[in-house]
Amino acid sequence: MTTKTLKTSVSGTRFMPALFAVILGLGVITLTGHVQASALHDAAHDVRHATGFPCH
Amino acid sequence: MTPHMTCVTPPASPATKQMFSRILTSALFAGAAAGVLIALLQLLFVQPVLLHAELYETGALVHFGGTAVSAHPELPSFDAVRDGLSIVFTMLTYTGYALVMVALMSMAQNLGHSITARSGLLWGIAGFVTFHLAPGFSLAPEVPGVAAADVVERQIWWSATVAAAGVAMWLLAFGGNMVSYAIAAALLLLPHLVGAPEPDTFAGPVPTEIGALFAARAFGVGLAAWSLLGCFAGYFWNLEEISDATT
Repeated sequence: MTTKTLKTSVSGTRFMPALFAVILGLGVITLTGHVQASALHDAAHDVRHATGFPCH
Repeated sequence: MTPHMTCVTPPASPATKQMFSRILTSALFAGAAAGVLIALLQLLFVQPVLLHAELYETGALVHFGGTAVSAHPELPSFDAVRDGLSIVFTMLTYTGYALVMVALMSMAQNLGHSITARSGLLWGIAGFVTFHLAPGFSLAPEVPGVAAADVVERQIWWSATVAAAGVAMWLLAFGGNMVSYAIAAALLLLPHLVGAPEPDTFAGPVPTEIGALFAARAFGVGLAAWSLLGCFAGYFWNLEEISDATT
């Protein structure tokens, strides 16, 4: 029983770095592309339009 | 019994840490390198169209007003702050894309697929379809000043469409059977059959010629951008090759 749990846990960590990087990447994309705070919106305005994000 | 129980959540192994820094390093290099080139392409080809549209958005120019308007007005020149911020945010955005792409590349390699700068081109095209073409097929790249539905509704639709297209691209690349291809096709079609949020009325003051050129330029530069990003990601992923962490 204990051995089984251990196995699952170890194989689960194989993709943990990738999963964490995906979350980090999506966080960056949300920040530069979606957050509507006016300072961020103004700074990223031209990039959002050029990159196809909904802007206004 | 107790010592076994404490092993259930093992600390991150050196291989795990090494894998994470490899993903991070490759993505940062790919995102920064591609980002600079992409920012230059955008400033060269997309920005003039955007600045032209803004003359109509602000009312400095008006068309259909009786007198013909020149199609070649004087546009604002290079603005160090505005265009500098655009360069920084382009690099940041494409680094975000690179983090997602390189992480998925690492998973694909773990599943036995080879990752090179050459195969990176295909990854780049898949990324373009996922993040740019699929949402842009119904929410066309907007010039400033166009009429559009509520921004939050469009962001939700955009995110859902990107998620669906991303899964579809993975299934097309690695599914390997008819069922996954059929699911991929359904995932690509569904958001557009449901439909993107649309404005109730049209009120855009920008000439259609400028809007069409902007969408074409945004997609064209987008494809070039993602092709560069995919190749760079594959290249830097191999450059950061470590002997034992992937096995």
